[in-house]
Amino acid sequence: MELTGAEIFVHSLRDEGVDIIFGYPGGAVLHIYDALYNQDKIQHILTRHEQGATHAADGYARSTGKPGVVLVTSGPGATNAVTGIATAYMDSVPLVVFTGQVPTHLIGNDAFQEADNIGITRPCVKHNFLVKDVRDLAETIKKAFYVATTGRPGPVVVDIPKDITAQKTEYHYPDKVSMRSYNPVHVGHAGQIKRAIKLMLKAKRPMLYTGGGVILGNAAGSLTELARLLGFPVTNTLMGLGAYPATDRQFVGMLGMHGTYEANMAMHHCDVLIAIGARFDDRVTGNIEKFCPNARIVHVDIDPSSISKNVKVDVPIVGCVDNVLKAMVKLIKGSKQRPDETTLKDWWQQIEDWRSKDCLKYDRDSDLIKPQYVLDTLYKVTNGDAFVTSDVGQHQMWAAQFYKFDKPRRWINSGGLGTMGFGLPAAMGVQLAHRDETVVCVTGEGSIQMCIQELSTCNQYALPLKIVNLNNRYLGMVRQWQEFFYQGRYAMSYMESLPDFVKLAESYGHVGMQIDKPGDVESALKEAMALKDRLVFMDFITDQAENVYPMIPAGGGQNEMILV
Amino acid sequence: MRHIISILMENEAGALSRVAGLFSARGYNIESLTVAPTEDPSLSRMTLVTRGTDEIIEQITKQLNKLIDVVKLMDMTDGPHIEREMMLTKVRAEAHGREELKRVSDIFRGRIIDVTDKTYTIELTGTGDKLDAFLLALDRALIIEVVRSGVSGIARGERALKL
Repeated sequence: MELTGAEIFVHSLRDEGVDIIFGYPGGAVLHIYDALYNQDKIQHILTRHEQGATHAADGYARSTGKPGVVLVTSGPGATNAVTGIATAYMDSVPLVVFTGQVPTHLIGNDAFQEADNIGITRPCVKHNFLVKDVRDLAETIKKAFYVATTGRPGPVVVDIPKDITAQKTEYHYPDKVSMRSYNPVHVGHAGQIKRAIKLMLKAKRPMLYTGGGVILGNAAGSLTELARLLGFPVTNTLMGLGAYPATDRQFVGMLGMHGTYEANMAMHHCDVLIAIGARFDDRVTGNIEKFCPNARIVHVDIDPSSISKNVKVDVPIVGCVDNVLKAMVKLIKGSKQRPDETTLKDWWQQIEDWRSKDCLKYDRDSDLIKPQYVLDTLYKVTNGDAFVTSDVGQHQMWAAQFYKFDKPRRWINSGGLGTMGFGLPAAMGVQLAHRDETVVCVTGEGSIQMCIQELSTCNQYALPLKIVNLNNRYLGMVRQWQEFFYQGRYAMSYMESLPDFVKLAESYGHVGMQIDKPGDVESALKEAMALKDRLVFMDFITDQAENVYPMIPAGGGQNEMILV
Repeated sequence: MRHIISILMENEAGALSRVAGLFSARGYNIESLTVAPTEDPSLSRMTLVTRGTDEIIEQITKQLNKLIDVVKLMDMTDGPHIEREMMLTKVRAEAHGREELKRVSDIFRGRIIDVTDKTYTIELTGTGDKLDAFLLALDRALIIEVVRSGVSGIARGERALKL
């Protein structure tokens, strides 16, 4: 039987196993919306802005490991989605974004709501497709999911002109596709793995530096096994939090610009660095000239272009992180050799000395609410078991420092692109994937206003998010940099004319609370968590002068942290 | 160092812009770029001349390989290879100057492929250096127009870039 392109679209998603999509209708995708109307297999979540749709699909993908799916219209629909696509691209999140396009005969004519979606998204997608023949539609959709979810994951855009969605053809959804130009590597090179193990077993001051790749590659279990087998210290990047249990003694905290003193010092002094699914980002390395001056470096990554991009490595291993780590564990278990206990003990002694600096300490007796205290308390009240999304800025760093993630896929934030406005819609995607779990969005009064309209979506779909708004009336991270590096000239970082967030939340049909005393923080959080089926917006009025410590200043090495 | 990178890619709309976009987005330079379909119409072959340190060239080849449309690539400069570029030069050729221009063209093994009473159009093939030398040998004032194809390259001997 012949189906229209719009019906093929819906059938393809169904056959791909998609049960939820995030989107916003418009002229170019009306045939598709009509086809969605006539079925009940795929739930469509109507966000209030296309950026919200992409972030929500992103949150869904990060928390489940399944691809997030987005459907937006042509022109502004697609351009509004670009920030979300770029966010997913920088953090290697599998998304498939369908954009409507003007009919094929109008492409290039400056038609109403036309934009060059392929051109605009090219630099921020793993790949994109323009469907020019309805007979290619099903296979293109299959390819899009294949490319998005395999190898190093990433967003894929499929641009579908309106006339294609009306034309008819036979429907056949391929079971699998192969592409001669795309063959991701799975297994690491056996010889390189042996070389790496040799180096690791001889290390005097080893360090495991692990990133988002461990989470994306579902390798948290293998990483934990390897780390415990060797007894090495582990640090996670911002994107890797949860890849190794944060409450474990071998965990030395996050590294990088606002990482812990012990993590950064251990990085600086290590003699063998084992980088796993991490990409030596500038926020991690600090000044690259001063980075790990004495270390031989092993780097495991699925993307060859990540290896020796910023830092020259000694033992590159290209492959799925999980496969490589399992191979390492097997080889080490099979051999009699273990790291020398005495030297390792000395190394740990040194690390414990650094740890005893207690670099995350803050004033617990202040009359003002310290943002760190809110996060500390949030961690306690939720038993460390919530899904936490964040926006971007100081609150993001405090959440990363103070919420100890023991499981992967619980910490959802925009690490690479640093997109303000990400937190709330991402939390919606997480909550839709995990209906019975506690989902908290940690945000600030600046970030939350960038996608505040999604409070309406939360009402429509009864999403009981818990929003922790750390309200210091400043774009805090900007303010902090202005204080440190611009002699306190606070250009445009003070947020005037803020809304009454309590009333705002209420007008969207939610519960609003304002908390301005440290003594009320815990009870407020408990009260909010007890409201299981309501979204609660907690507006914490925090200390305006608080800064994120410790900090590696720009141009500094990892051993040059500013402590409180 | 100068590198000649040959790329086999899917002959699809947009493939060229992916390569060009990659170079501009990552700040690599392109000295010349040529592209045309191969004997297999589903494949295009691109020859790209770029400059960079070993580290940059390594990144360039890795990033190119990462593009979904790129099927296979080869750095010609890794081994013995032949490089050719074609140039069409239109020159003012009048009176006694005509004889001299013919002579210079012959010395460079150029061919005069179009003649009017005031102009010659000379076709010349060779390495970029040779083409540069030819232009230097001409009186600058006589040059009306120069069209260069960009560099094509092929490996010597058995080494080949094919599927």
